[in-house]
Amino acid sequence: MHLLDTLGAPSAISVSALSAYLKELLETNDILQNIWVHGEVSNCKTYPSGHCYFTLKEGEAQISCVFFKFARLRTSAPPLRDGMALAVNGRVSFYERDGKLQLYVESVTPLGEGALFQRFEQLKEQLAAEGLFDPERKRPLPTQPAVIGIVTSPQAAALRDMVRTLRNRYPLVRVILSPALVQGEEAPGSIAAALDRLNEHGEADVIIVGRGGGSIEELWAFNEEVVARAIAHSRIPVISGVGHETDFTIADFVADHRASTPTGAATVAVPDIQSWLDDVQEKQQQLQILMQDHLADRTEQLLYAQRELERVSPRNLIVQRQQLLDDCVERLQTYMQYNLSLRTERLRGVALQLHSLSPLLTIARGYAVLRRDEDQQIITSSQQVQPGDALTVQVQDGQIPVEVRSFAKETAGK
Amino acid sequence: MREMNVDGLTFEDAYERLEGAIASLQDGKIPLDQALQRYQEGMQLTQYCNELLQKAELSVQQLQVDDTGESLIVAPLDLE
Repeated sequence: MHLLDTLGAPSAISVSALSAYLKELLETNDILQNIWVHGEVSNCKTYPSGHCYFTLKEGEAQISCVFFKFARLRTSAPPLRDGMALAVNGRVSFYERDGKLQLYVESVTPLGEGALFQRFEQLKEQLAAEGLFDPERKRPLPTQPAVIGIVTSPQAAALRDMVRTLRNRYPLVRVILSPALVQGEEAPGSIAAALDRLNEHGEADVIIVGRGGGSIEELWAFNEEVVARAIAHSRIPVISGVGHETDFTIADFVADHRASTPTGAATVAVPDIQSWLDDVQEKQQQLQILMQDHLADRTEQLLYAQRELERVSPRNLIVQRQQLLDDCVERLQTYMQYNLSLRTERLRGVALQLHSLSPLLTIARGYAVLRRDEDQQIITSSQQVQPGDALTVQVQDGQIPVEVRSFAKETAGK
Repeated sequence: MREMNVDGLTFEDAYERLEGAIASLQDGKIPLDQALQRYQEGMQLTQYCNELLQKAELSVQQLQVDDTGESLIVAPLDLE
């Protein structure tokens, strides 16, 4: 522990743990658990136990293989010899004791002492050199194909698989089968001719060429040059779907798109109808929103115009004049009222003043007004009268007739 | 408003026209009567597309060389 710490590797795991992890990693990979591998046998040793150990080599690479007795007997495999070309089927795992990767063989298919395999490699090299596998030659598949051409055998289960897939995913398409033999000596020519016929007919938007799984010999037609060339010069894009996931044929290299199985080919050939249904629904909503927006815009424009119209309407002028008139009437009334009350107040003031100046009040305090009966002249001075003049004294509540007998003149300043 | 005839259009054509209807509605300057017409057309097309998608039946045919050996013919193929 201390040592590990000083080495700066506190989380190091044991070799057993690493081996177990590697083993698990390999054994949980589906592809590695059922794979076909081709190559040449070398270092082949069969032990008394009946188990056979050998190395499969191809090019600069090699892998250790174990062919257990029970697997050999079950598949009645031929005895293996160094130099044999084989396609082996099995699973890849990690052999912990020796710390190496091994292929645990379940069955083997001899490749005719390598003859077929050599042809495969030669043709592959030749076509690659001609540029037939170049990525820039690959054409895009149509996104909305209307017609799917299929080159396969009318009897093949693969055809039914493909049609079922197409029906489920995208029943809008029309399928045109161009029948071909997909196995046997005549198969390559038949497949090529079927491809040519679809091109001549010209309606297909994309072509699937394929067949279901089988032995390497059964799939061999798809490794033939005539098929490869027919695919290469097809004007219509070609999808290959041959055998199982791990099978690779020359046709796969030339095709515009390689699918691992016929079903896989049908899947990539067409879109999923559900995505179209979703898309159409989305378009419908988009239409509704756009229309609502349009109507909302128009309504707003209309309301604006309405307000503008109201603003310049002659009715406004009438209302304005009416208001002016009402104002005038009100002002008139106000001033009239004011004038009236002003006069009332003034009148009351004058009346009060008049009252205060009235001689009656003075008379009431004991003063009297003296008038000469003859000319009704008010007597304010003794010089105005002569003895014998008839006068009238006016007091608060009546008049007293009197006569002047004599008078005495008061001297000024007294 | 004029009724558009969508019957007989392929899905692809109908879909293209649907996209056209949307595009013209996206142009805010289109007159109202035309907008309404395009809208109605679009709704009709979505319905038509939906129907096509839901009712579609895959048809399977076989390509053959005719008796004279000179021309190609397609004939229905029954896989059942």
